[in-house]
Amino acid sequence: MPPLAIRAYTATSAVGRGREALAVALRDSRSGLRRNDFGTAPLDCWIGRVDGLEDLPLPGPFSRWDSRNNRLAWLALNQDGIPEAIAAMIERHGADRVAVVVGTSTSSIGATEDAYANLDDGAFPADLARADVHTPHSLGEFVQHATGLRGPAITVATACSSSAKVFAQAARLIAAGLADAALVGGVDTLCGSVLFGFNSLQLVAAEPCRPFDAGRSGLSLGEAGGFAVLERAQPGDAGLQLRGYGESSDAHHMSSPHPDGLGAQLAMRDALARAGIDAGEVGYLNLHGTATPANDSIEAAAVARLFPDSLHASSTKGWTGHTLGAAGIVESVIALIALELGQLPGTLNSSAPDPACGPQIRFQPQRVDIDYAMNNSFGFGGNNCSLVFGRA
Amino acid sequence: MTPLLAHIEGIGFWTRGLPSWNAAVVHASAGTLVADAPSRPSPQLLPANERRRAPETVAVALEVAMAACHDAGREPSTLPSVFASTHGDLGITDYMCATLADEPRSLSPTRFHNSVHNAAAGYWTIGTGAMAAASAISAREASFAQGLLDALAHLANGDEAVLLVAYDGQASGPLARMAPSDGLLGGALVLSRQAAAGRPQLSVQLVQRHGDRDASGPLATLAAANAMAPMLPLFDLLARGNGSARVVAGPDHDLLVEVTGAEAAHG
Repeated sequence: MPPLAIRAYTATSAVGRGREALAVALRDSRSGLRRNDFGTAPLDCWIGRVDGLEDLPLPGPFSRWDSRNNRLAWLALNQDGIPEAIAAMIERHGADRVAVVVGTSTSSIGATEDAYANLDDGAFPADLARADVHTPHSLGEFVQHATGLRGPAITVATACSSSAKVFAQAARLIAAGLADAALVGGVDTLCGSVLFGFNSLQLVAAEPCRPFDAGRSGLSLGEAGGFAVLERAQPGDAGLQLRGYGESSDAHHMSSPHPDGLGAQLAMRDALARAGIDAGEVGYLNLHGTATPANDSIEAAAVARLFPDSLHASSTKGWTGHTLGAAGIVESVIALIALELGQLPGTLNSSAPDPACGPQIRFQPQRVDIDYAMNNSFGFGGNNCSLVFGRA
Repeated sequence: MTPLLAHIEGIGFWTRGLPSWNAAVVHASAGTLVADAPSRPSPQLLPANERRRAPETVAVALEVAMAACHDAGREPSTLPSVFASTHGDLGITDYMCATLADEPRSLSPTRFHNSVHNAAAGYWTIGTGAMAAASAISAREASFAQGLLDALAHLANGDEAVLLVAYDGQASGPLARMAPSDGLLGGALVLSRQAAAGRPQLSVQLVQRHGDRDASGPLATLAAANAMAPMLPLFDLLARGNGSARVVAGPDHDLLVEVTGAEAAHG
């Protein structure tokens, strides 16, 4: 595929606001997980919560979209030069030619849950009787209005692969001539649906998650938001680029992965092929690595089948928790940090490797310059996406 | 922009009273409904026990997707797919929010995994064995148009053919006033790059929105209260033959869709 330049990129999660906070937390092995203090009667588990959202209502003109999720979108949108990069895209191409492609799993459903908990004679209470937050596209529509971008605007909701697939979708839109640039990203926030939903599937750990550890017992849920500004690469460009994407379906089960990781392998192979590189050229792979017993061993086996022993692969869920629809963008930002700084994260909280893990799965960080970084995001319904990033 | 082109190889359609594209085409010219039409589709793709339990949004999506693939003579497992739905399954959202307000620890694991927006896409890929890319998108009243753009972008990026499925179901509970949607509606298209004999061609362009979008066709009138109704001007056009229609694509834009070569229209 023609490479896409990454003009700005950012992530905000439980470890802090913006890319620098994330890079420092990764370097210092400082986790953002804490005991669950979300909602009334919280489950006994650990979460990755973004501080301060309660006190950050959206500015007046955007109040009809006010929700925890859109607050985090706004917070994340205003970091790391994203507004300046958007302004530059509008200047260069016109607002009609810049697309908004964002991913989420639950969008603003936390606001819908709040409305149900506070019904006023069977109807939504006045402060939550705002249709703009009670629909999946609440995120895409808010971002579109908050940025003034007027190209195609869409919310991708394929569970935990959502904000990885936005890169693929934006690349297709730009290649098809429907846009010249795109703001991509994703936001997911803690809410009852995901905490009690994953609990109902018995996938939530009582302790902080330990990806790929022999004693892992499940995931820690988190919230995060992140964005990247993509533009068709120009001759003479220097800097980070999206080089490849691969998407696939497991065609196996709604909530458990294909036992042989066939879908995962297909997505990774497709991303490498589109990037035109061999598996051996990838320096860092951010794994989906949720820390549930089945998912990790299947992903580890799929990675071992494709990559040489020299690959440094890790899961960073121990820092942020599993941020669901935002995992794709947050972990793409981590892959880009690895590429930019040569700082390859280890796997926080994990110490005893599962025998299923090949030598690619690393628990310790490493400092080494690399040419390509990759990110895996896999979602419910067997929906997979892998991305390859490189440098011009 | 240069218009994007595609050929329509297959069409699937289902709404209450019109359980097939044939029935929709007949309705568009004669105004008739199928008297003994079932109240929900029964997609043969699912095993019998799952067929009864599947959310109705999943049932309608699978039904029209399969019908479009049959019409196209395409093996479903070979196609990448785009599933567009404005709200996903409103009945499940209502259940989830009511249960969370009441007894959160009793949430049903099955209802939870069916609550994801890509549930229909998931059941489709599992049922057909399709390992190609499957997406699930939402863009409020522009959901169909944005799904169509993504499908056309697939073709422009080298896919030979792609399946587009659009659907919405019935709203229930307190949420219904905020996210209104009545009835059950699904439409699907198999789109390809290569011309198919006797099949219509689509030419699609993003244009500035203006006030004269015509949603007065028979299908658009019949299912006007469903959240996926914005797709119906295109299906009315396809039932009629050649011509053009505008489909809402966002706050500022429409898709101007032109259909040609439909003289030998099937259905």
